[in-house]
Amino acid sequence: MGAGTELGRVRGLGAAKDGVHHWWLQRVTAIGNVVLLLWFVFSLVRLPSLDYSSVLLWLRQPVAAVPMLLLIVSVFWHFRLGVQVMIEDYVHGSTRVIAMLALNFYVLAGAAVALFAVMKIALGAA
Amino acid sequence: MAARPIAPRPLSPHLTIWKWQVHAIVSILHRITGNALALGAVLLFLWWLVAAASGPEAYQTFTGVASGGFGKLIAFGISWLFFQHLCSGIRHLVMDTGQGFGLGISRGTALATLVVSISLTILLWVTIFFYKGL
Repeated sequence: MGAGTELGRVRGLGAAKDGVHHWWLQRVTAIGNVVLLLWFVFSLVRLPSLDYSSVLLWLRQPVAAVPMLLLIVSVFWHFRLGVQVMIEDYVHGSTRVIAMLALNFYVLAGAAVALFAVMKIALGAA
Repeated sequence: MAARPIAPRPLSPHLTIWKWQVHAIVSILHRITGNALALGAVLLFLWWLVAAASGPEAYQTFTGVASGGFGKLIAFGISWLFFQHLCSGIRHLVMDTGQGFGLGISRGTALATLVVSISLTILLWVTIFFYKGL
């Protein structure tokens, strides 16, 4: 732990008020991504074909749909944190605020679309 | 108080002067691959999922592009981006525990991420080629 007031050190949250939360969640989602994305690549390679009917049959199974939902949450959360770090390093001033807003909209909209698509297939509506 | 003229301060030589080494290349590749996956591959992933959820015609449009020469080139590129980010990410996770910071070991693991990511990419596409016929 670096310098800082006694109270600051007890709270352990630093200037950004959330301590190592960002750093830690990026590691948690990284481990989630390792497991889920390796499962995803293996699953796709093992499918007899990537045509419409094979992919739908696969995603209608709960053992595929549930990990896919988890994968979407883990991946989108992870890159939300990672792209933020890039923006903080290279984009300054008011442009940074716009970039961060754009990132947040991209992540939330993208994740919502992906989750909806998987659930639509998994619940038999596609 | 009179404004003092600001003398040009000596600047530390930055990226333009240091010799590129494998650690530095792997470090910046981690950022480049991660952001390329987030801002590029994720859009294609969304297209694939939405096409599958929309019906056979929409899916046909996707596979029409994805199975073409350009589509395969993009897929090949994305697979390497993924494996490189995976390998250097695992290297980062290990280094987060305080391991592997020695000069020799950090150089070796940086080089290993490149070797492993290229090998996994080739292995993946050889597997696809042999089992599916491209």
